[in-house]
Amino acid sequence: MTQDVYAPSQETTEGRVYSVTGGDWDSLITEIGQTKEERVVVNMGPQHPSTHGVLRLVLELEGETVTEVRAGIGYLHTGIEKNTEYRTWTQGVTFVTRMDYLAPIFNETAYCLSVEKLLGITNDIPERASVIRVLMMELNRISSHMVALGTGALELGALSPMIFAFREREKVLDLFEMISGLRMNMAYVRPGGVAQDLPTGAVKKIRETVAELRHNFKDNEKLLIGNTIWMKRTQGIGYLDLAGCTTLGITGPVLRSTGLPWDLRKTQPYCGYENYEFDVITTDTCDVYGRFLIRMQELEQSLRIIEQACDKLDNLVGQPVMVADKKIAWPSQLSVGSDGMGNSLEHIREIMGTSMEALIHHFKLVTEGFHVPAGQAYSVVESPRGETGVHLVSDGGTKPYRVHFREPSFNNLQSISAMCEGSMIADVVAAVASIDPVMGGVDR
Amino acid sequence: MSNESGMFGAKGSGDTSGFGGLVRTAASTGSSERPYGGYFDDLADDLERAYPEFSDAIERVVVALGELTLHIKRERLAEVAFKLRDTPSLRFEMCLGVSGVHYPEQSGRELHVVYVLLSLTHNRRVRLEVSVPDSDPHLPSLVEVWGGTNWHERETWDMFGIIFDGHPGLTRILMPDDWPGHPQRKDYPLGGIPIEYKGATVPAPSERRSYS
Repeated sequence: MTQDVYAPSQETTEGRVYSVTGGDWDSLITEIGQTKEERVVVNMGPQHPSTHGVLRLVLELEGETVTEVRAGIGYLHTGIEKNTEYRTWTQGVTFVTRMDYLAPIFNETAYCLSVEKLLGITNDIPERASVIRVLMMELNRISSHMVALGTGALELGALSPMIFAFREREKVLDLFEMISGLRMNMAYVRPGGVAQDLPTGAVKKIRETVAELRHNFKDNEKLLIGNTIWMKRTQGIGYLDLAGCTTLGITGPVLRSTGLPWDLRKTQPYCGYENYEFDVITTDTCDVYGRFLIRMQELEQSLRIIEQACDKLDNLVGQPVMVADKKIAWPSQLSVGSDGMGNSLEHIREIMGTSMEALIHHFKLVTEGFHVPAGQAYSVVESPRGETGVHLVSDGGTKPYRVHFREPSFNNLQSISAMCEGSMIADVVAAVASIDPVMGGVDR
Repeated sequence: MSNESGMFGAKGSGDTSGFGGLVRTAASTGSSERPYGGYFDDLADDLERAYPEFSDAIERVVVALGELTLHIKRERLAEVAFKLRDTPSLRFEMCLGVSGVHYPEQSGRELHVVYVLLSLTHNRRVRLEVSVPDSDPHLPSLVEVWGGTNWHERETWDMFGIIFDGHPGLTRILMPDDWPGHPQRKDYPLGGIPIEYKGATVPAPSERRSYS
């Protein structure tokens, strides 16, 4: 057998191994044809377009059948957990929002709920702040599901659903921009409340957008639900049953696709979710199609919650959006100016011109931050991908002692082996899309 | 938690407040008193019935902020985990994650490992906490009990250097395979490595000039 310069082979304990470096495929195919087994190891990613960012999958194939899948992660590790230990509790929000970058509001809310638990002010959060948090979370769920559905369809060869999904996502991002000044990574939810109240006319605009979204979601439903090609690519693919989900700690749409109605918004409500009417969507197919249907129908449930939140906001006009305790609350309401979000000009005028005490107070809170009593806490929210849990440890100082995010993407990605081994290689893409991992969350 | 001194976070500067001399023990290190409240009493009773060596295996039962934490001796961890999973009245089917914490000042128990368990059947949560000394950072792996702890334990090894005995493949997961050190430990500086950019080298943050 001749050695190919582009695909040198070597004998190992696992048999003959080829390192393909490109070039002459004809001689490679001839050479492979001479071996008895057809075991090929393919490296998918970390730059593969259908791996949702920088996920690397090492696939061992026999023909087109996948016999082993190993996921390689860490390409997007940015040390966010370590970084937060060097920042104040409030600054931590700016870091954690960048973890799962498709669901920033969920990261922020989970983190803030945990800080508030440590502070013992969970019940002091103004109702308006909680309603705004719910509103923002549900808008964020829509924008995240739109990416999951759009890219998932795109990866299976359906281009139009992606165009439609991103068109609708843009409208949600416009709302985020109007409310917080930023489209992603808003750092809008803060310990004690939210950074600023909704701007004038926001509720009206949200209601209009909800109506538009509800109408336009039908485009994708018509394209995909019941579509023969789509169903053939997704039904019975990426199978994972309830026992598999529990042992692997899987939450979110993947768990609900086994028929278990486990949604933390219902089972362990936070931010007043018990006061909203919505349904937990389940399917019992345990496959990619079931997860797709769940995400599709959760959009409508999110719209329902947003409408109820808008009604509540109409009754809470003028109420505070930050805790009354001046030792914890950010000293001023932030406002969106021509150069982005910052302290409101009225506040600057007050502390610089009228009140020395207010200036000192502002300075201490902004530079040093507030003390959080020693202890540890774990708070959860139901993010679009499952349970986002935040384990915080405080040593009583103004900075976190330890911040750990239990990221649903990180945990759920473990199931890729269970879902894909024994299936066709083309179905790996469908299974990854149905888990909807966001590598920013996986690697943190 | 350790002793704390002072207030307002000021250190090394002229103390005009008088609070600098204050010394407080931040959090108690003892067990909580019964009744624990909520479902915690039932949970502890059920575990005691199912696991007669409860008082020997569990060092402390702490209830704080509406959360129950069981501090377990490391050699008993796997036994307790199986009981928590399999006893019908407990049924903690899911281990949601593993988180390490490094307390360098707690000599003999520097490294803590925290497990968050969830029971779907009973809608309950419990937290397990195990401490190991820095000189012998071994504890049993729980992959046999909950397969989902696989990656979480790899992450905890990667970040803290805690070795989970019996883990099927305890390798680094987030950091590169040849990375020296364990970044989340308190003795590991933030950044830690110099940054090279366009030929110039920026020293690691811990090596840079300080103005404080």
